[in-house]
Amino acid sequence: MFKQEVILQNETGLHARPASLFVKEASKYTADIKVTKDGKDYNAKSIMGILSMGAAKGDKIIIQAEGDDAETAVKELISLVNNKFNE
Amino acid sequence: MKGSGTSPGIAIGKIFLYKEPEIKVVKTQTEDPQLEIDRLNKAIEKSTNQIEELYERTLKTVGEKEAEIFTAHKMMLEDPEFIGGVREKIVNDKVNSEWAVKETADYYISLFENIDDEYLKERALDLKDVSKRLLKALLNIESGDLQSLSEKCIVIAEDLTPSDTAQMNKEMVVGFVTELGGKTSHTAIMARTLEIPSIAGVKDITNLVKNEDFIIIDGKKGDIIINPSEEEIKIYEAAKKEYEDFKTKLEEMKGKESVSRDGFKVEIAGNIGTPKDIDKVLENDGEGVGLFRTEFLYMDRDRLPSEEEQFEAYKIVAEKLKNKPLVIRTLDVGGDKDLPYLNLPKEMNPFLGYRAIRLCLDRTDIFRTQLRAILRASAFGNIKIMFPMISNLQEVRDAKAILEEVKEELRKENISFDNEVEIGIMVEIPAVAVHSDIFAKEVDFFSIGTNDLIQYTTAVDRGNQDISHLYNQYHPAVLKLIKMTIENGHKEGIWVGMCGEAAGDEKLIPLLLAMGLDEFSMSASSILKARWLIKNTSKKEVADMIDTILTLPTAEDVESFIDEKIL
Repeated sequence: MFKQEVILQNETGLHARPASLFVKEASKYTADIKVTKDGKDYNAKSIMGILSMGAAKGDKIIIQAEGDDAETAVKELISLVNNKFNE
Repeated sequence: MKGSGTSPGIAIGKIFLYKEPEIKVVKTQTEDPQLEIDRLNKAIEKSTNQIEELYERTLKTVGEKEAEIFTAHKMMLEDPEFIGGVREKIVNDKVNSEWAVKETADYYISLFENIDDEYLKERALDLKDVSKRLLKALLNIESGDLQSLSEKCIVIAEDLTPSDTAQMNKEMVVGFVTELGGKTSHTAIMARTLEIPSIAGVKDITNLVKNEDFIIIDGKKGDIIINPSEEEIKIYEAAKKEYEDFKTKLEEMKGKESVSRDGFKVEIAGNIGTPKDIDKVLENDGEGVGLFRTEFLYMDRDRLPSEEEQFEAYKIVAEKLKNKPLVIRTLDVGGDKDLPYLNLPKEMNPFLGYRAIRLCLDRTDIFRTQLRAILRASAFGNIKIMFPMISNLQEVRDAKAILEEVKEELRKENISFDNEVEIGIMVEIPAVAVHSDIFAKEVDFFSIGTNDLIQYTTAVDRGNQDISHLYNQYHPAVLKLIKMTIENGHKEGIWVGMCGEAAGDEKLIPLLLAMGLDEFSMSASSILKARWLIKNTSKKEVADMIDTILTLPTAEDVESFIDEKIL
């Protein structure tokens, strides 16, 4: 299992366009991917899950994945967040 | 009866009362969850097909942006949490699919609705729409009503969802009345796109009318008459014809020059706030852009925009305008328009404070980057530069000196730009209007910013509701300043424009024309009307009345004089 912590730096947080980009990216991998915020887990491949998390700018989230492509998945998602969703 | 008009126009005709079939979901236990899962899968498949069809249909009949919503709906039907949650509920609780769909959807809907966030509230509406569709598929409820409309009608409903309007036979719909919603709701936007009248917020209307009732709606005023008399129908038919004739007249204004009845030519341009606004200006045949507000580049973000980013934005607009003039106003923030990343101090009097050119001449790093971007873009069109909030001549000289330095830099770097780029100022502070004879010697044009000019002349905060009655563009003192500015500009041979709300005001246009204003810049939707008005006004006739108007005691006197003698 791979996991990494990251702080949301873009203005909108995991919302609107960033949320759907995040879900689209996560859905490319076969690994099970979870996002944890404030001790609660959310499905990274679900737009409903990500939206209901309500993560805003400055929030700390943990991305963790389990499965064949887990490492790539976590790395790519982290870099998507760090690149501020190419806004 | 009355509601709030959300799309102008008048419609007269039969009612089509659209009532959603009631969806009743009862909880039942099942011994065979797999059977329920199969039912669910079939319903999802059916719903997905419907959504794809609606997407295609909307794409063809309305547009890509409107169709996009169905992509989001489809995503919800594929969502592992939502659909996964429904499946889990069926298996774990051994309940019927309908119940599982309703419970799961309700959970997310209330979750989204309870967060104070516009975006999530909209997603709650999408989810309602999607879950309703899924439930109808499960319960075999058909709702093809709006699709099979066969005669012209006015649709009356509690509310219309994107799915409802997408499947509607739009050729037969001549108007909408809804109980819910407002100017920004989906139905209102759709009505304006289709150019049919629409009224929202009419309480209980679905219970007050029945199919086959006759109705008149006025989408501008929000008036509704159910089963009108012969007399009323006659009146509204005449009004409808007048409105439609006027619309045709405006259409005919496209491609024409803006020349007064007695042969004086002016320029009618549009105001824009983002690069994409330019499309609306061109659609309405604007002769240029008299005000490009550049604040959008700086707001809703966490750092200053780069030169490259700005250059691209200015260049795209300049190119789309071909050789028509584009007046770019340099950064006008500070005071009430805050940029958090600049850490500007809180002020007691933000409108009189550290803002616009005052900020730019202090933070020359910001100013230089913007000027570089504008100058570089000037190689791609007919760009003019305008400085906002000028209050004394030294500011003009300082700004021009910095501009010269930036030009020199570009020359050294062999970057091309328009060396003759015109430099103008906003005339929005009374001191400048009064002293405009002197300012006119040092700039290439004036653009009168009436919103602030009125505010500063009358000392009325235009954002304060309690004193809004004192904010008045017909104030004789304001008109005197405008006239003085135009005359002083002309004495020095420079052109004078106006980019405030007043430039698009029907009552003021004849006056401004008579005072000699050269350029009128307004919101895109007012351009054709202004051209029509100018074509029907004699500059000389109104000019003869100007002196009389300027001696009138109050703004109210000015307004009624215009109503009686000019319009």
